[in-house]
Amino acid sequence: MERIPILKMGGFLLVTIQVDMHDRLALTLQDDLTEQIVKWHAHGVLIDISALEMVDSFIGRMLSNIANMARLLDAETVVVGMQPSVAITLVELGLPMKGIRTALDVEKGMQTLRVSLGLNGYTQDADGSTEI
Amino acid sequence: MEVQKSETHEIRTSQDVVSVRQAVRRCAVELGFNLVDQTKIVTASSELARNTLDYGGGGIATVDVVRNGSRSGLRVTFEDEGPGIADLAQALRDGFTTGGGMGLGLGGAKRLSNEFEIDSVVGRGTRVAILRWKGL
Repeated sequence: MERIPILKMGGFLLVTIQVDMHDRLALTLQDDLTEQIVKWHAHGVLIDISALEMVDSFIGRMLSNIANMARLLDAETVVVGMQPSVAITLVELGLPMKGIRTALDVEKGMQTLRVSLGLNGYTQDADGSTEI
Repeated sequence: MEVQKSETHEIRTSQDVVSVRQAVRRCAVELGFNLVDQTKIVTASSELARNTLDYGGGGIATVDVVRNGSRSGLRVTFEDEGPGIADLAQALRDGFTTGGGMGLGLGGAKRLSNEFEIDSVVGRGTRVAILRWKGL
């Protein structure tokens, strides 16, 4: 069965949506993600939609659902990489993307997750240098 | 208004909804729509194709390249032989749904289009047409 891959990176799950999803595939992703959050005790989910040329009410609702379900499972979700034309269209469509945090790209999204989870991402070494 | 090119697509599965939006995207690109206009008509078509599938029990989408004087545009028509819509005003209102959706399909598709037409007969079916002109 067709599936969208979910990558585990430290305490985060990373999903890059690179196909034009039909509705069942979107629902499968929703189910898979909630399972993986529990399985890996993930505290953050990053969804990269930069390859999506369109977000309609169904996909928008799926993103909202994922964010809400993840929150109930003690994980934060950040959606990254929305194309400007998609953002313009979503507003005109009237889709309330409530509860969804966004960031411009994967790097900024990671930073948002770290900050919201109280991990500032930097540790001070004994020699005074800092590393991520 | 003159139809310059026309193609039809069956809507029977959720994969067909994807095929319809890809066909609309291809025609919008061929017509020279800018990216925002492409995205608007593709998104509106996706909403209506899903309605045809979920509420109309499947149907047909017709994608027409049209011309009116110096203006060219894309018209997408969705027809089903489903139960029809008893109260069109209510169906067009945001947030109204008889299914599991958010009730943004019809109203949203209307907002994303330059022209919008809907005919529905209870027990006979529904026909929705949207049109977007190039560069408007």
